[in-house]
Amino acid sequence: MAKVLMKGNEAIGEAAIKAGCLNYFAYPITPQSEVAEYLAKRLPDVNGTFVQGESEVAVGYMIFGAAGCGERVMTTSSSPGISLMSEALSYIAGARCPAVFVNIMRGGPGLGGILPSQGDYFQATKGGGHGDYHLLVMAPEGVQEAVEMTMKAFPLAEKYRGPVMILGDGLIGQMMEPVEFPDNLYAEPLNNDDWATSGMDKRGADKKNIVKSLFLNPKELNDNNLTLKAQYEQMKKEEVMSEAYNTDTDYKGLIVSYGTMSRVCRTAIDTMKEQGLEIGMIRPKTLFPFPEKEIYDAAAKESCKAVISIELSMGQMVEDVERCVRGIKPVEWYGECGGDIPAPETIADVVQSLLN
Amino acid sequence: MQKEVQFAGFGGQGILLSAKLLAYAAMKQGYNVAWIPSYGPEMRGGTAYCTVVISDRLIGSPIIKTPGHLVAMNRPSLEKFAPAVKPGGIILINSSLIPVRSGRDDVTELVFPVNDVAIEAGTVKSANIVALSAFAAKSGLVDLETLRECIKEEFASKSKVIPINMDAFDRGVKIAQQ
Repeated sequence: MAKVLMKGNEAIGEAAIKAGCLNYFAYPITPQSEVAEYLAKRLPDVNGTFVQGESEVAVGYMIFGAAGCGERVMTTSSSPGISLMSEALSYIAGARCPAVFVNIMRGGPGLGGILPSQGDYFQATKGGGHGDYHLLVMAPEGVQEAVEMTMKAFPLAEKYRGPVMILGDGLIGQMMEPVEFPDNLYAEPLNNDDWATSGMDKRGADKKNIVKSLFLNPKELNDNNLTLKAQYEQMKKEEVMSEAYNTDTDYKGLIVSYGTMSRVCRTAIDTMKEQGLEIGMIRPKTLFPFPEKEIYDAAAKESCKAVISIELSMGQMVEDVERCVRGIKPVEWYGECGGDIPAPETIADVVQSLLN
Repeated sequence: MQKEVQFAGFGGQGILLSAKLLAYAAMKQGYNVAWIPSYGPEMRGGTAYCTVVISDRLIGSPIIKTPGHLVAMNRPSLEKFAPAVKPGGIILINSSLIPVRSGRDDVTELVFPVNDVAIEAGTVKSANIVALSAFAAKSGLVDLETLRECIKEEFASKSKVIPINMDAFDRGVKIAQQ
């Protein structure tokens, strides 16, 4: 398929359809409303369903319902909306249903602002809802990657029978870039729904499937949590994605950055290279599971004096970076989160002053 | 090679569209492109702006504080953004609405009454196309024929406006080449 110029939000909508997702429930919120606008127009063409819920709370449970029926289903929202969906996310994780959630982050806390932010890192990677669960979280750096990750999210959700999140920011949603849709990713759900509430005709009326997150028997609940734990451990082995940049040099410092912020860092690294200062970068593409080994190994390189986590937040991912570096090198943080994205020159200044 | 063009004006002047058409033409010529709108809170009558980045490499930072060129369709846009343009760039000034100049002596100014030219072509609505074609001709950033095709594709569903926009396009090119 030829390249087309699309907004990130629209491209995510199209990617869902290309991945075989015909169920989309959402509630509008800046800066991701174009996903709903796009899919409201596009889903009827492919016999899909779009329902605008009365609130994000309702949407969260619409997702639960469709996922419990074994349907491919997605919602998109932005930070405050994801907070409202977090209760349902916890239930969906507990009941082990595959679903895709897209968070096009805006500034917070509270209503915050409508400009790009990465302030929901903790919410996405450490919970958000209650209980012992994780989301598999992927963070695209641009429109093409947003498409690829959205398409990949559905089979991953089915592989692990749990919610997967695409964590973008307002800029990725609003920006237009050329995209190419891989057309071979459409696939029927992998799990054959043998756990789902649908499919009575195939399995016979005597086998009842119950999709639930309530386990009053302590052993059953512990077993369910052990199953979830085993899934997360498997993700850590099989699903970690990251990208290294300029790490084949004797870099003096290592940046860890993701999403839009990492692109600014890449330009800053190029500028510093021209000025004779080598800086490496690890860009996590999955935030959970986190590229622990990649960051440790890159930090361990002898030439590397310090590690800096650069994020559009007041210091969230830095805690994971510190954990991975395990004290072998100093770990610093730099970030802004009012909505202005720092320019490459600012990043270069910060890194240079840190290393001097 | 990386070039950044900032388009700026009132909401409703077709700023986002002319930027998109430039990005689209550059993409068709095989460049990497990014189209970055302003979506922050803006006042009515204030500035709507949009940046296009065209590069032969992967585009790093989409955040451009100092664009290579500026297409200013109204006065607040010129006053706000002209100081940031890189030396050697082009600043297009829509003198139908802007009675002043950029005050820069290290840039090339392309000053003409964009709205009046568009009215001559048939409608003031095509002012964005006049400005786009004039800028494209002056800067040589994209092939003019490719750009013309992109405009036709954009208006394919409203084919009756294509002739006016083609006329507007030609007028813009002619002014830039004078």
